Amino acid sequence: MFLIHCPYCGEREQSEFKAGGEAHIVRPKQPTELSDDQWAEYLFMRKNIKGVQFERWVHTHGCRKWFNMVRDTSNDEIKAIYKMGEKPPTKYK
Amino acid sequence: MTNNLRVKSSKFIDETYKISFKFNNKTYYGYKGDTLASALLANNIHLVGRSFKYHRPRGIMTAGSEEPNAIVQLHKNTSRTEPNVRATEIEIYEGLEASSQNCWPSVNFDIGGINNFLSPVLPAGFYYKTFMWPASFWEKYEYFIRKSAGLGKSPTEPDPDIYEHKYIHCDVLVIGAGISGIIAAKTSAKNGFKTLLLDEKPHLGGSTIYQNSEYFKINNQISSSWLEKEINEIKKIDNLEIKTRTSVAAFHGYNFLLARENLTDHLPLHQRDGKVRHRLLKIRAKKVISATGSLERPLVFDNNDRPGILLSSAIEKYSNLFGVACGQKNIIFTNNDSAYETAISLFQKGIKIEAIIDNRENVDSKLVKEIEKNNIKIYKGYTVVNTFGYKRINKISIMQLSKDGQKVVGSKISIDCDCLGMSGGWTPAVHLFTQSGGKLKFRDEDQVFIPDTYPSDQISIGSCNGEFTLDEILSSISKKLKDFLNIKKTEYENLEIQSHFNKTKRNIWLLPSDKIIGKTKPFVDYQNDATAKDIKLALREGFRSIEHVKRYTTTGMGTDQGKLGNMHALGIISETAGSKMGELGTTTFRPPYTPLTFGTIVGRNVGEYFDVFRKTPIHDWHVENKAKFENVGQWKRAWFYPKKNESMHEAVQRESKAARDSAGILDASTLGKIDIKGTDASEFLNRVYTNAWSKLDIGKCRYGLMLNEDGMVYDDGVTTRLDENHYIMTTTTGGAATVLGKLEDYLQTEWPELDVYLTSVTDHYATISVCGPNSKKIISKVIPNLDLSDEKFPHMSFKNTKIDKVKCRVMRISFTGEQSYEINVQANYGKSVWKKCMEAGKEFNITPYGTETMHLLRAEKGFIIVGQDTDATMTPIDLQMDWIVSKKKYDFIGKRSLYRSDTIREDRKQLIGLVTENPKEVLEEGAQIVLDASKSPVEMLGHVTSSYYSPNLEKSIALGVVKGGKNMIGQKLIIPMENKQINVTITDPVFLDKENKRLNA
Repeated sequence: MFLIHCPYCGEREQSEFKAGGEAHIVRPKQPTELSDDQWAEYLFMRKNIKGVQFERWVHTHGCRKWFNMVRDTSNDEIKAIYKMGEKPPTKYK
Repeated sequence: MTNNLRVKSSKFIDETYKISFKFNNKTYYGYKGDTLASALLANNIHLVGRSFKYHRPRGIMTAGSEEPNAIVQLHKNTSRTEPNVRATEIEIYEGLEASSQNCWPSVNFDIGGINNFLSPVLPAGFYYKTFMWPASFWEKYEYFIRKSAGLGKSPTEPDPDIYEHKYIHCDVLVIGAGISGIIAAKTSAKNGFKTLLLDEKPHLGGSTIYQNSEYFKINNQISSSWLEKEINEIKKIDNLEIKTRTSVAAFHGYNFLLARENLTDHLPLHQRDGKVRHRLLKIRAKKVISATGSLERPLVFDNNDRPGILLSSAIEKYSNLFGVACGQKNIIFTNNDSAYETAISLFQKGIKIEAIIDNRENVDSKLVKEIEKNNIKIYKGYTVVNTFGYKRINKISIMQLSKDGQKVVGSKISIDCDCLGMSGGWTPAVHLFTQSGGKLKFRDEDQVFIPDTYPSDQISIGSCNGEFTLDEILSSISKKLKDFLNIKKTEYENLEIQSHFNKTKRNIWLLPSDKIIGKTKPFVDYQNDATAKDIKLALREGFRSIEHVKRYTTTGMGTDQGKLGNMHALGIISETAGSKMGELGTTTFRPPYTPLTFGTIVGRNVGEYFDVFRKTPIHDWHVENKAKFENVGQWKRAWFYPKKNESMHEAVQRESKAARDSAGILDASTLGKIDIKGTDASEFLNRVYTNAWSKLDIGKCRYGLMLNEDGMVYDDGVTTRLDENHYIMTTTTGGAATVLGKLEDYLQTEWPELDVYLTSVTDHYATISVCGPNSKKIISKVIPNLDLSDEKFPHMSFKNTKIDKVKCRVMRISFTGEQSYEINVQANYGKSVWKKCMEAGKEFNITPYGTETMHLLRAEKGFIIVGQDTDATMTPIDLQMDWIVSKKKYDFIGKRSLYRSDTIREDRKQLIGLVTENPKEVLEEGAQIVLDASKSPVEMLGHVTSSYYSPNLEKSIALGVVKGGKNMIGQKLIIPMENKQINVTITDPVFLDKENKRLNA
C-alpha cells in the first residue's frame, strides 16, 4: 500500500486516496464541434502505460483535493506529485 | 501414558509442569514448552494424518510452520474448533484436544487409503480428464468431488473469540529473531532507532539457540551461550519492542506489512474468555530487515513420505530443544554437511545412529571425521532407493550413485531403522521479500534463489540471504548493518568465529531409482500428493510454464503452499525440460505466509460493526413505531410500518392509499444535500445539469438531471435557489458522495476559474415530507404564520420560515404527484418537528410511509429512480425525458455524447410502462420481455425495472425498458416465466394524473 504525499496534507495512507485515471486529458472547449471519432478519443482512449505514467489522484478521505502523480506502474514507485494546474515535471516525459 | 522417548532434559522444557492432552480421544501428557508434535513424538507417535489424495499414512516431518503433513483439527465439534492446525506450531495446554483429518473411520484404518492402490489411475489432471464427458453430467460428478475435497472441517458455530487490529509505526522492523535478527535489532535499537522485532516462535534465538555443538563458537563461547547473553541484553533496551508468536503474513509495497500476533492459542480454553485471541498488526516501517532464515529441503526418492521420515534439522530440534528422540534407530540421509550437525548432536545425547547415507563421494570435513571417529558407518556416494513400513518406516534400501548421479549402480543394501532424517540443503525463506516486489537471482553453486534487487528500503540478512554458515553470517553482518542504518560502527566488528562447515553439496533434484519412474512414488508436494512422476507427466503433456505445472499437478497448492517442495518441482522441470533454473522463474509467493484465521482479518468488524450504518435524526421514532428497515447505501431507511399482523404487501397498500386519499409523511433525511455558493453557482449548474438554470428565480426549485460525460444518466434531484449566489442541491440517497466527488472533480480540474464552493450538508438537516390532499391543512397547523396559498407558495418554490423558534426551509416539491411540502430543519430538531407533524395530522389520519410506498407512488406517476430504472446505459432520450435536455445550451456534461452514432439509434432500450392482461398479475422486477417465445433463440427485447400493485389504480403497473419501446405504445408483448407466460401491453410510463391536477388539488 502506497504512502502518498498529498501536496496539501502531507504523507498519508493510500486508503485515504482514490485514483482518477490518466492526467492531462483536457476536456475539449467546444465539444459540439468535434467529430464522433475526436470525441471518442477524448472520452474513451487511455494510454495505460507499463512504466512511467501521469495520473490524477484525489485525497477523498482528507482534503478532497485533486492533484497529479507521476508513477512507475511497473514497480509502483511514485516519482513526483504536483498540484492541479502546475506544469508536469519534464524529465519524465 | 508414556513419555519414553525423552532424552536429556532441555532447558526449554519444564519437566516439573506436566500437561495432559488428548489426541484422537486418547489421553497423553507432555511438558510445558512442548508443541503438540514434540509431545506426540515423546509418546512415540509419528502417524498423525492421512494425505489428501491417496490417503497415505503421514507423520510429523518438520518442527516449524512449513509442516505439510502433521495438520490436525482442534476441539472437534465445539465453537472453538479449528481445522488444518500445524501440530508443529501449536503449544500444548491443559485440555488440548486434537484429532487427525482426512481419514475415516480413523487415522489407523482409513477407507480412503484405497486411493493409494488406485494411484495408477489417479494421475495429474485426473479430475480434468475424467469428468469432462458428458458435459451435462458435471453437476452430478461435482457433488461427489466436492464431498471428498478439503481437509479439516470448518466451525459451524459463531466464533467466541475476540480479534483486533493495531497500527504500528517504527523506524526499523526486524523480521525473525534468529542470530541475525537479534544482532540487527540490537544494533538498530542501540543506535536510537525505534525498533520492532518479530518472530513466529514462542522463543527468541532461532535455531542457533539450541545448537550446543563445540564446533560452532563465537568469541570462544558455544554459539547458543553467546546468543543467550545477547538476548538477555536486548530485553532491556527501551526503544526495542519484541513480539514473539507473531508471524508476518504479508509484506506489501512501501514497507507496509501485516503480522498476526497470537495471544491466547497457547492457553487452556477457560483462560481465553474475554481476551483478544489474534491481533492483526498493520505495520509501517521506515526500514525493514528480513532475517527470516531458511527451510531445510527434503530429498526426493521413492516412498519418501512415510511416518518416521523427518527433516534432519527437525530431528535435531526435537532432541536439542524439546529433549525428544524421534527414533531409537536413526539413519541420516544427506547431500551436504548440515546433517552431520544433527548426527553429532544425537550421538552426544546417546541417541543411536545406524548409518549416514551421503550423496557425496568425497567428504572429509571436521564434522564428517568426528562421525567416523565414533564408528558410525557413512555410505559415501550412496542414495536411498526405497523405504518400507506402512504406518512407520522400518527399513530402507540404498544403492550407489553413478558418477553423473543419474543412475544407481551395484547391489542393494537394506538397513533397519525407525526414523530417517533427510537433508537436501537449505532454501532461503524469500517469501516475504518477493511479496514486497523484490527480484530474485539464482545461485548455481548451491542451487538457491537469493534476493537480488530490493523495491523498498530493506535488506535481507543471514540465511534468508543465502548465508548458511555462522562465519558467513557474522563476517558480513556488521558492514551490512552499518551501510543500511547509516551508522559508524557496531559491536560486532571483530567477532572470533569458529565454524566447521564444509559447503560442498551434491544437488540431485530427483534421486535415481532402480525402478522406472512410473513404478515409484517420489513425493514433491506431500500435502497434495504430487510426485515427480506427476510433474514429468505434465511436461510430457505440453505444460511448460511453472505456473501451469503448479495448477495442473497441484504442487504447492496446499495449506503449506509448497514451502518444502516447490524448489524440487522447479528442479525437476528444469532437468526434464532442459531449461535453466534461473530462467524458469518461480511461482508467485502470495500472502499470507502462513494461514490466517478469518477472525484476524475482520478484527472487530463483526455483527453490527461489520459495516458502519447511518441513522436519520428520526430513526428512533421509526424503531418505536415498529418500522422494518431497508439498507440504502450505508443508511438504514424505514421501509414500511406494518400494523399488527400486516404483511409487507398489506402495509404498503394501506400506506399508498392513505398518502393519496388524505396525508402521508416520509422521512427523506437521507437524500444527499450539497450546499453550493459562489458568484458562478448558476453557471456551474448550467454546466452540470442538462437543463437551464440561469433564469431560475430566487425562491424557486427545479428538477435536474445529471449525466456522465458519456451521456448516460448519473443522478437526479431538485435544486433550490436560496439566494442570488446560493443554491441547495439534493441528490439521490446512494449517489450523494459520488455526486459531490464528481462536481469537485470538474470544479478543481476542468473549471478552476469558476467561483463556486461545495459543502456536503446531508447530515446537517432532517427532511420531513408531508404529502396528500390534506398536507396543506397539516402544514398550516404546524406553521400557522406561513401563507400556503397557491399564489404565494406555488408548487416548485421554497420559503424560509420558523417552527416555534427554530429556523427551517420549506420546499413545495413532490415525488409522489400529490401536493407535498418538504420541511428541512436542523438535524437535532428533526424528531420533534416530525412528532409535531404527526400530532397535527392526527385528525387527517396522517400515515407514515416508508421507501417501498414511496417507490410505488412515484411509479404510478412514472417518475424514474436512477439506479433502478436506469443502469448507466440510459440517456435522457431513452428515458423519454427529452423535455429536460436543453437545446439552447452550448455545452453541459454529456451533451456531445447524446448524438454519437450509438446514442441516436432508434432501437435503443427505452423506458415504457407495462400493464398486464390480468390486472391482478404483478410482474417480477428483472423479468425478460420478448415478442415471441416460440422461436429459439428467443430475442430479448428488454426487462422489467419496477413493478407494483397499485391500490390507487387497482391494477398491476410496471416500468420497463424495451428496444425501440417509445414507438410501441399499445404493442402486446410476452414475459416468459418459469411455468407460464404473462401477456403485457406497452403503455405510457405515466399511469396516474397525467395532467398533474393533484399537485394543486
